[in-house]
Amino acid sequence: MTTFHDEVQKARAKYPTRRSAVMDALRLAQGRHGWLSPDAIREVADALEETPAYCHSIASFYDMYHLEPIGTHMVEVCTNLSCALAGAQRVLDAFADALGVRPGGTTDDGEVTLRAIECAGGCGRAPVVVVDHVYHEPVRAEDVPEIVARLRGA
Amino acid sequence: MRDPVLLTAGTEEHDLTRLDEYRAVGGYAALEQARGMEPQAVVDEITNATLRGRGGAGFPMGRKASLLARGTGKPTYLVVNADESEPGAFKDRDVMRFTPHRLIEGCLITAHGIESESVFIYVRGEYAHEFEVLRAALDDARKAGLLGGVTIVLHRGAGAYICGEETALLESLEGQRGQPRPRPPFPPVNGLYGAPTQINNVSTIALVPKVIELGAAEFSKIGAESAPGTAVFSLSGNVANPGNYERPLGTTIRELIYDVAGGVAGGRELKGVIPGGSSVPILTPDQIDTPMDYDSIGAAGSFFGSAALIVVDDRCCMVQLALRAAQFYMHESCGKCTPCRVGTRWLVQLLTKIETGEGEATDLDLLDDVCDRMLGKSLCALGDFAVYPVSSYLRKYRSEFEAHVAEGACPFHGESSIEGILAPVDQHAAHGLEQAAVTT
Repeated sequence: MTTFHDEVQKARAKYPTRRSAVMDALRLAQGRHGWLSPDAIREVADALEETPAYCHSIASFYDMYHLEPIGTHMVEVCTNLSCALAGAQRVLDAFADALGVRPGGTTDDGEVTLRAIECAGGCGRAPVVVVDHVYHEPVRAEDVPEIVARLRGA
Repeated sequence: MRDPVLLTAGTEEHDLTRLDEYRAVGGYAALEQARGMEPQAVVDEITNATLRGRGGAGFPMGRKASLLARGTGKPTYLVVNADESEPGAFKDRDVMRFTPHRLIEGCLITAHGIESESVFIYVRGEYAHEFEVLRAALDDARKAGLLGGVTIVLHRGAGAYICGEETALLESLEGQRGQPRPRPPFPPVNGLYGAPTQINNVSTIALVPKVIELGAAEFSKIGAESAPGTAVFSLSGNVANPGNYERPLGTTIRELIYDVAGGVAGGRELKGVIPGGSSVPILTPDQIDTPMDYDSIGAAGSFFGSAALIVVDDRCCMVQLALRAAQFYMHESCGKCTPCRVGTRWLVQLLTKIETGEGEATDLDLLDDVCDRMLGKSLCALGDFAVYPVSSYLRKYRSEFEAHVAEGACPFHGESSIEGILAPVDQHAAHGLEQAAVTT
């Protein structure tokens, strides 16, 4: 099994400078731990020979790095203009109802995090819902119970 | 006669993610042809074809290449902007997932033209599937010996609209926070790792094989005189058949909405159309005979942008639409320049006040004033992009803004098509995180 350190060194080899690999390293660490805890940030820093403060400053800039724990699954509903015009709010409300959680929150059992997100680039088949990084498009409010049931069963 | 297609050619009959099928439609023949030409001749062909950037600014690709610093002793880099994040835009995604080899071939031809051995493709983080399709295609091209000594590195973003801005993209690629650089120096002189760098959008680069295959003279016969070729127009919002449609540049907005995409959904009345993605000024129904090319849209007071047309019907409250757009730019402002960082928050506050019926007549003038104080005052265009939706909706639908103030409530009374839309910035309020930033 490849270690985290090995994976980061492989990423470093793609670039002329080690800093260029910081985004890959953060993603790899998040993939292993689910989120970027202070310990995970320290691992990234060690593997890149950078300071934890530097790695944290990068992680906090981008939306896809999580500096707080998130659910095992993540449901993201785009609410930008094209999806809004196609009824995204009803879809977001349906997920909030079905999961019993507000956008930005995680279910009490820690299973599912619900987020509203900015444009995901699926405007042609809006509204777009991204479940565990897989695009579902379009999603209507009536599709929501089945998606939630599948997540709960999985 | 059917309209010519260049970017999407062959996709109906073939699975062009496969190298053998791409080759069956003539794929990589243009690369072979280009490698038999002098590098400068390749650039000349692109210049003579007047291939203009399909990403947003419409800058001629050949002229960009002519600005590359020579003899610096540093490598020359080609960087492909695949960080497609403009609300309404989804054309580059289709290039990557349906015709990845066209992008790779375009990279290799361009690299030959600018004498570069090192290409970076910056793919937005959310496009995980597209990234994998592109990676598989690149592996196939490499195994087939097509790279010819050129290295193509795929870089994954992590969710930041600002990284679509070219200098922010370079910063991000160098492992920094994605914040724009002051210019000059411009990237052709001092770009990635301080070296001369050519940066182009996915759809621009993916057109390069067709420019070489057809030749500049034939390519120039397609589309508008000032902007030859085709574009993939992305139609979304309240339109009957949303989607990507490749048409010649210069096709009118009316044709795109009514002939190509089936008209306004449900036969409703058109209220406006945002022609180039959420960052450009809206056009009103009396302007839809404008041809979709850079100069014509510019003359109509908007921008071609990324050819992403967002159609808005009569059920939508324009104050809500402006507020939702403003929330996006507030969320995405990188925070480097004060007019953008603070101005985007002011826009959100003022629009919230107006939408909730708390607005006063002077707030409309104040909104105009804030727009004036933001426009052209930041290092990159994001500060302007935040202004254009707000200022154009206010100018063109002013009576609607005034009705909010006069009635002390939204005149749609809860019936707007985007009523209650929750922006990602709002979800933080539940945790008490964002509140302080918004109100101070």
